[in-house]
Amino acid sequence: MYNAEDGSVSNVSGPILRAEALSHHYGQTAALRAISLSVPAGQMVGLLGPDGVGKSTLLGLIAGARKMQAGGLEVLGGDMRAASHRRAIGPRLAYMPQGLGKNLYQELSVQENLDFFGKLFGQGQHERRARIARLTHATGLHPFLARPAGKLSGGMKQKLGLCCALIHDPDLLILDEPTTGVDPLSRRQFWELIDAIRAERAGMSVLVSTAYMDEAERFDWLVAMDDGAVLASGSPAELKARTKAPDLEAAFVALLPEPKRAERPSLTLTSRAPGTGAPAIAAKGLTRRFGDFTAVSDVSFEIERGEIFGFLGSNGCGKTTTMKMLTGLLPASEGEAFVFGHPVDAEDLATRKRVGFMSQAFSLYGELTVAQNFTLHGRLYGLERHAMQARIAALVARFGLAEHLEARADALPLGIRQRLSLAVAIIHEPELLILDEPTSGVDPVARDGFWALLLELSRRDRVTIFISTHFMNEAMRCDRISLMHAGKVLVCDTPAAIAERDGAGSLEDAFIAYIAKAEGIALEAPPSTPEAAPVAPAQAPGAIGGGAAGDAAASGFSLTRLLAYSYLEMMAVLRDPVRLAFSFLGSAILLIVITYGFSLDVDSVRFAVLDEDQSPMSRAYADAYRGSSYFALNPPLTSAEEIDRRLRDGSLSLALQIPPDFGRTLARGEVPEIGAWIDGANTARAGRIESYVAGAHQAFAAQLARGAGIELEARQLALAEPRFRYNPSFESIYEIGPKSPALLLMLFPAILMAVSMAREKEIGTISNFYVTPTRRLEYLIGKQVPYIAITAVNFLILLLLVTLALGVPVKGSFVTLVLGTVLYGGAATGFGMLVSSLTRSQVAAVFAVAILTMLPTIQFSGLMQPVSTIEGGGRVIGSLWPTTYYMHLSVGAYTKGLGLTELWSDLLALAAFTPVLVLLASLFLKKQEA
Amino acid sequence: MQALSNIFWLGIKEIRSFLGDWLLVGLVIWAFSGAVFEQSKGLSDAVNNASVAIVDEDNSTLSRAIRTALYPPYFQEPELISADEIDAGMDHDRFMFVIVIPPDFERDVRAGNQPSYQINIDATAVAQASLGAEYITHIMMDEIAHYAQPGAGTAALPVTLVSRRAFNPNGTQRWFGAIIALVDQLSMLTLVLTGAALIREREHGTIEHLLVMPLTSVQIALAKVWANGLVILIAFTLSLLLMFQGVLEVPVAGSRGFLLFGTALYVVAAAAIGIFLATIARTMAQFALLMLMTMLPMMMLSGGMTPVESQPLAVQYLTYLMPSRHYVAFAQGVVFRGADFAILWPQVVAMIVLGGAFFAGALMLFRRSISASK
Repeated sequence: MYNAEDGSVSNVSGPILRAEALSHHYGQTAALRAISLSVPAGQMVGLLGPDGVGKSTLLGLIAGARKMQAGGLEVLGGDMRAASHRRAIGPRLAYMPQGLGKNLYQELSVQENLDFFGKLFGQGQHERRARIARLTHATGLHPFLARPAGKLSGGMKQKLGLCCALIHDPDLLILDEPTTGVDPLSRRQFWELIDAIRAERAGMSVLVSTAYMDEAERFDWLVAMDDGAVLASGSPAELKARTKAPDLEAAFVALLPEPKRAERPSLTLTSRAPGTGAPAIAAKGLTRRFGDFTAVSDVSFEIERGEIFGFLGSNGCGKTTTMKMLTGLLPASEGEAFVFGHPVDAEDLATRKRVGFMSQAFSLYGELTVAQNFTLHGRLYGLERHAMQARIAALVARFGLAEHLEARADALPLGIRQRLSLAVAIIHEPELLILDEPTSGVDPVARDGFWALLLELSRRDRVTIFISTHFMNEAMRCDRISLMHAGKVLVCDTPAAIAERDGAGSLEDAFIAYIAKAEGIALEAPPSTPEAAPVAPAQAPGAIGGGAAGDAAASGFSLTRLLAYSYLEMMAVLRDPVRLAFSFLGSAILLIVITYGFSLDVDSVRFAVLDEDQSPMSRAYADAYRGSSYFALNPPLTSAEEIDRRLRDGSLSLALQIPPDFGRTLARGEVPEIGAWIDGANTARAGRIESYVAGAHQAFAAQLARGAGIELEARQLALAEPRFRYNPSFESIYEIGPKSPALLLMLFPAILMAVSMAREKEIGTISNFYVTPTRRLEYLIGKQVPYIAITAVNFLILLLLVTLALGVPVKGSFVTLVLGTVLYGGAATGFGMLVSSLTRSQVAAVFAVAILTMLPTIQFSGLMQPVSTIEGGGRVIGSLWPTTYYMHLSVGAYTKGLGLTELWSDLLALAAFTPVLVLLASLFLKKQEA
Repeated sequence: MQALSNIFWLGIKEIRSFLGDWLLVGLVIWAFSGAVFEQSKGLSDAVNNASVAIVDEDNSTLSRAIRTALYPPYFQEPELISADEIDAGMDHDRFMFVIVIPPDFERDVRAGNQPSYQINIDATAVAQASLGAEYITHIMMDEIAHYAQPGAGTAALPVTLVSRRAFNPNGTQRWFGAIIALVDQLSMLTLVLTGAALIREREHGTIEHLLVMPLTSVQIALAKVWANGLVILIAFTLSLLLMFQGVLEVPVAGSRGFLLFGTALYVVAAAAIGIFLATIARTMAQFALLMLMTMLPMMMLSGGMTPVESQPLAVQYLTYLMPSRHYVAFAQGVVFRGADFAILWPQVVAMIVLGGAFFAGALMLFRRSISASK
């Protein structure tokens, strides 16, 4: 077990992990095929192999982030199937997922990120401060404590990720491709840092995956993987000896199964006839700024026709931005770009037909099959049907895609997908190919095959190729390369010339020298070497509290962790003021529009009269209507057909027909008949109009009687005495004013909550929840609290509007209203959480929340009619929907002047929603990835 | 020609993506079947199943007769309570109306003393309160008259009024509810589906891939509009035939072809708004909030929930800018009044103009948003 005194792991001899027949599938695709493996403890172990061979899956399983499917896996002496074991070893593990800063919170500063991870492991403020100081000093991040993680360079992000992983002194550190996409200098520094840490904590085991073969030399123990299986494991020397290979890349290739090995072509760059005419691409002083950040600064180069031009640099150095400017996707802030002698113009479709574009990330539609991808691109490039079929057939044969034609593109292995991308990009036989990191993450053999195709395209078809990459050995195959770093082109020449300049020897060394020069770093004493800044200057790492304390805090429900999530979420929301403004301002505007415009009153009913009598009496009858504000008189009707027509076209809602001889019949003491036609399309409205008509009719009759000296009223047997309670002036604002906030406080928080949860899943920070000792409820409630607070603030804004702008005072208990709002906020966000626990993407979450909340909130919660008057399923839905109770409570507190004694039942109902919804959400929320 | 082919093929891709996402398909099916059904069934007459209590301090033959005169479906069976229960009963929302019949009511009616009785009305539900009070007054008058002069009926007025409702003679509430439910779902789904399709493509980066091909932003946007619009239109047609006419049995007075034509126009306009919002929004969260801010007024102020002419003038002018207002008028006209193009051309023109305007606006912003997304 871990020993805090000397920082070592006592059972060094035993394996730190043991896998037996471990398999994993994603749908039909096998990621791991019955792997059996035993890894010794206390070593630096490298998982070697290209992307998509199952490295990340294996690491995810080891870290407990993925749910096991088949086979057995023991990590740190226990079964990873057992949730109790996973929870117990949580504090002894650290996991840094693949992708630059994937598990970091981009909006948060370096300090806040580190603090968050410290809190998750139950560290007190003192301890955290000491640890953070120590780690950031060692990594050189200390000066950047206040900078948001999203604004760090790729190398710095990875260092921060490492700090976050090391904050709790793990016994097992799992790093998934920590150096992919990082510039060579940062990469070198990163490994030196790891060495320094290991030198100091001998007991710590490190498990690293990498696609860079040259990095593998530094590992104690290697596991070479391919296609979901382990090819071989052992020390680098052993592997090389076994395969009799000079270096590990050759050893890896030698380990591959026979058919794959045979494919490896010899790549020789044949000489090239000089290009003629205008250069394929010319960039002159290209500059691009995003706000105050300069992504690309004064970049100039020319690419001759037929040339292979390599563009080297780390992630985020400006390669992609430059390429976007050259394709017209992004306007340049300064400078000019020319393609085939024409200035780049976003609207120039003719030039685009001469260019092919490919990037690993976004060249294909994953949901379409290979054949469908081909046809779509062929069609979009306007190929004629027969020519297209011939071209597709040729490409399928040339790229060896025949057996995959009906497979969905996202189900293909990466190497094949990449070949397909290239095939699709050249379907229209472009003269210029722009390739943005096409080979990142592809295994060496597939990469060689890909390059063979590129060379053929260049030399045989004389296609100009502009390719970006961060593999040094690929750069050697280009005619010319340019090194880019931090937005600037450092050098542009043939690879051989660059490698030999300054006597660097290799391209990588030359690159490092250039970056160091650009950053003004003296390579002899890099700041992060152990000599310059020891990782633990005075204390042994375990001494500041130790792992044991973390163990104790890990078990059971922890308020600290819950609050850590709340704080995190709060900071993230506050850093995105646009979202907050949308939510507050949006709901305020909506409140005004709805309360002002949404009138339940029916008035100004458009009516016209067909007066077939034209007597004073008939005019008097019409006057009874004209005098009322309920009715608005329209030009008279002239025929019975017109009644039909004008009702039909909607210009009238009511037509009155006064029969001929109306006046005379009346005078004779007989009873004439008035016809009233009402537009019955809107039934509720028709009902109101009907009763208005009856009222006006009655008024006429009363007037008539009065003229004859009879008080109709006096003839009534009894008089009704209506008492309009709560709202004596009978204005609908007293109804709609308190009801509108109930709508808005449901919809806005539910959507915000759902998006926030779904976003974590999409960008990957959810992995922190998977691998740390965080419990489901801590995570859910922790994330919910800030949104309930936002709901409360939103409520206050709406309250001010309702009381001050609309003049609807809170006559009842304010405290009850606030209490109800908080409970309601819990219910609304709880619903958002439940929906997003069931969905995987933000799109799906928004779609589902919108469709599922709108109907019950607007129709079944008593906005238009009390829930008790709704029929059928709507009534059931309404009584199970929180808005019903809050709307009732709100009307009660505002207009009816009620308090806790009358409204406790609503509070009780509202209080019941939150626990039910949160528990349901926690049921569906997985603590591991599938 | 090539432009049309591009639009066509991009749209086909769009439809394939939609069909590949079972969650979206499922939600669309629910929205056009279950949601429409529940919303139209749920709506009832303004006064329906209203809770009534009677404080009978007279306890006479007349007052007992009154107790039995209020019956379903308008009113629940009245509860008999004592006077001191009125406040609590109304505060707790147990009763919407409480009728108080004073002592010696029957005697006073007989004596011609014209006694008063009280109706307490919960006026926080304005629509139900006014109509319900009217119903109760009428029922009371009839009952008292019947008691005082059996067989005489109500005090006869010198003029008879014969009211008829055009287009929905029986006043079946379900009809109107069904069309509004259909319009609501139509608006929301078109808007969300089109907007989300754009946001998703941008988040996955495939939009840039399209933009480096010989395609214009007009083509990309048009493809999204027609493809998602078609999906919605098919769902709408099925819902119209199976749910609207089939299950809910709402007759369509006008031409169904014309209804579909107008619906297609509206879908294009709504889809253009979806694209417009997706272009303004930088993230899914922002899109969702913008969508709410658009959908709520569209649903509440377009004439479906409350009549447009009751709104203040300023708001009425605002609603002219919402395609949904014109579509609600259009759909009502065709379904209930059997109106044709000669009558509804202003709505058709308005939808075309607004759809065109939103579409043009969306296009203008489209390129800009691409360059802003780093």
